[in-house]
Amino acid sequence: MSAAGHLLRRIAPQLVTLAATLLLIAIVFPGFFEISIANGRLYGSPIDILNRGAPVALLAIGMTLVIATKGIDLSVGAVMAICGAVAAAAITSGMGLVATLALALGAGLACGLWNGLLVSVLGIQPIVATLILMVAGRGIAQLITEGAILTFSNEGLIFIGSGAFFSVPMPVLIWVLAGALVALVVRRSALGMLIEAIGINRRASTLAGINARVLLIAVYMASGLCAALAGIIAAADIRGADANNAGLWLELDAILAVVIGGTSLLGGRFSILASLIGAMIIQAVNTGILLSGFPPEYNLIIKAAIILVILVMQSPAVRTTLIFLRRDKTSSQSETEPVVQ
Amino acid sequence: MTESQPLLSARAVTKVFPGTVALDKVDFTLHAGEVHALLGENGAGKSTLIKCLTGAYRRDSGEIVLDGRAIDPRNTLEAQSFGIGTVYQEVNLLPNLSVAENLYLGHQPTRWGLITGAAMKAGARRTLSQYGLDIDVSRNLEEFSVAVQQVVAIARAVSLSGKVLILDEPTASLDAQEVRLLFDVVRSLKERGLGIVFISHFLDQVFEISDRITVLRNGRLVGTQMAAELDRVNLVNMMLGRELVEETRQSGRTERPDGPPLIRFSNFGRAGKIAPFDLDIRKGEVIGVAGLLGSGRTETAEVLFGVSAHDSGSAVEGEETLPLGTPRNAIAHGFGFCPEDRKSDGIIGDLSVRENIVLALQARLGWTRPVPAREQAAMAEEFIGRLDIRTPNAEKPVGQLSGGNQQKVILARWLATNPRFLILDEPTRGIDVGAHAEIIRLIEELCEQGMALLVISSELDELVAYSHRVIVVRDRHHVAELAGEDITTDNMVAAIAAPEREDA
Repeated sequence: MSAAGHLLRRIAPQLVTLAATLLLIAIVFPGFFEISIANGRLYGSPIDILNRGAPVALLAIGMTLVIATKGIDLSVGAVMAICGAVAAAAITSGMGLVATLALALGAGLACGLWNGLLVSVLGIQPIVATLILMVAGRGIAQLITEGAILTFSNEGLIFIGSGAFFSVPMPVLIWVLAGALVALVVRRSALGMLIEAIGINRRASTLAGINARVLLIAVYMASGLCAALAGIIAAADIRGADANNAGLWLELDAILAVVIGGTSLLGGRFSILASLIGAMIIQAVNTGILLSGFPPEYNLIIKAAIILVILVMQSPAVRTTLIFLRRDKTSSQSETEPVVQ
Repeated sequence: MTESQPLLSARAVTKVFPGTVALDKVDFTLHAGEVHALLGENGAGKSTLIKCLTGAYRRDSGEIVLDGRAIDPRNTLEAQSFGIGTVYQEVNLLPNLSVAENLYLGHQPTRWGLITGAAMKAGARRTLSQYGLDIDVSRNLEEFSVAVQQVVAIARAVSLSGKVLILDEPTASLDAQEVRLLFDVVRSLKERGLGIVFISHFLDQVFEISDRITVLRNGRLVGTQMAAELDRVNLVNMMLGRELVEETRQSGRTERPDGPPLIRFSNFGRAGKIAPFDLDIRKGEVIGVAGLLGSGRTETAEVLFGVSAHDSGSAVEGEETLPLGTPRNAIAHGFGFCPEDRKSDGIIGDLSVRENIVLALQARLGWTRPVPAREQAAMAEEFIGRLDIRTPNAEKPVGQLSGGNQQKVILARWLATNPRFLILDEPTRGIDVGAHAEIIRLIEELCEQGMALLVISSELDELVAYSHRVIVVRDRHHVAELAGEDITTDNMVAAIAAPEREDA
């Protein structure tokens, strides 16, 4: 089968789920698919989903790589807060836009380096190692903002959160480009295979000569960098750094996006594209609940219920049953259908 | 000892796993008041037999009779209720509970539904005093030595089951004095009429404690003999293989390649792993390593390859000293290593055959220089053909292949890097006869092409067939080196079985 065919087969469940979610929203809210252009920028609910989903999509890119190594990064929400605070502090202290961005992205890389060192050199379990920064990170962000919401009015920085480039909102452009870039680098180089190898069997990979230690640090740094981008967008969007609420609980949405994307928490095979679709599914659910006009107190429960359905659909038990059912129906035509996905 | 009615007898027990027959019609009998040692190398079928007896596995065929009654334990709990108890090397009790709680876990003495601590402690003290142990039973288990924990585990197993006690390598982490303590306990249990199965790879201990010895190899019964009638040489002969019937060579190859050594290891070793040794390797030479499990043969390979970095000595190539502290360093200098435990150390199960073959080469090239997809496919096809790897296609996850084919994939992984020095640890273990012969042919072929090989094997005939030199390892020392006509199974067995370490 061709490479494109393989890819399509891999992301089919996520695409179907996304389409079903969007369709469901459209039934409840008929005007859902209307898109318009005003002031040189696209508007409409689908655009809103792409735009609002940017932080989780960015986090999901890094989280996919980390989870593929059999790790997890709980600190990304807190790293968003740190990097947003760094950006706000830098810009308000009179630094230029480029220096501000470099500083914020550097802070994200440093956070990733810290996590990576704890996991790969000291051998601390990823969930514990990143929990440290998850807890401490908001404190660090508050120190930077000195406890207040640090607002700014630099047009350049604000443009990253609410501007548009060829009518496409900047956040959308950033996550699509970042996703495409990382997916390309990982699959065009040998990085993807090496990451999968250490996630499946780290000892055997080390014996085969893979530098697992450096690779692990690299994926956590990639995760930190993605969190920094998300943090800058979140801060630019509200024109200020809110150390308490920026990126709050987003690490869980990012993990969820990766899981919906079908990458196993046990490490190994991963797909960045599938994780990005997962992130959009989560945002579609969020937006859909808002649009449908349910009382806000139901939001979290409805969201949990929808995600439960998605995960049950993807559970190994249900999948096996589905494959059996499909086989019964189509056994005459497609004998070569592989049972394992 | 009465020969009439065995306490436990297993007849023609067979257990098949996908790809291998782990137990092939094995018979085993145990009498009351007997210590029966069960011996064999890794993969011989010891643990599988034990697990069939204790219900951890369901056997595929054969029958097990305990006390004249056919049993078929479905799990360890049921086996326990029949009277079969097991103590493993790693004590599996709860270290953070008290000794008394561990002894009575699951059947605590109660009054009106509440646990009576006092009765439990008194009972625990009484039980342990039978084993000559006078300790504070209210303290946590983890505060005591491994030997004491071991005795507590035995006491628990005996009090729960009481007919058959299986000790799976109980002495592996004990010192000499603790072993004596444990053996006193075993002897007293034997006097009480229990049947005891003792698994160990320390031959001295086996001869000290056992009445009879059963040896398994490759899932088959080699034989059962009275310990008093068996000497060490015969025992080693039984344990190590003489399988290759078609091979006619009686002693090792004499045409040892001359010329300067490729790499010269001197005083190379690591404390606690393998005592420092000297070793020259030449192009086109096969060096065999013989020794029992735990003798230091695998450790030799791991120190050479940098899996555990050497802490003494050096490796010199020509004038240059090679830094060999990590596998990456070793690979950079043209080393390759097929480890003994394929599943945990060798294959990347979920990756495809192709990816597994390319892996070591790719790791050496670095992530920025990917092997192009077309080249990967060609390389995979080449090795699938050359090594006759049985797989429907190169994209099949390697974890789904049989053991022999997995071994070939790992061999292919190293051959793809075109190594100068290839280390093979038990390359033929647990694979079927056909693949076995092919791997031996490959070893000879590689050696003719000028590769240097170091091959560890417990199949002595196999070593005779392809080695130019054989190093014998015992007690973590290289104790003898045989060359040319001196390489015979008898000489190897004699060197392995020599009871004391005296420098050969």
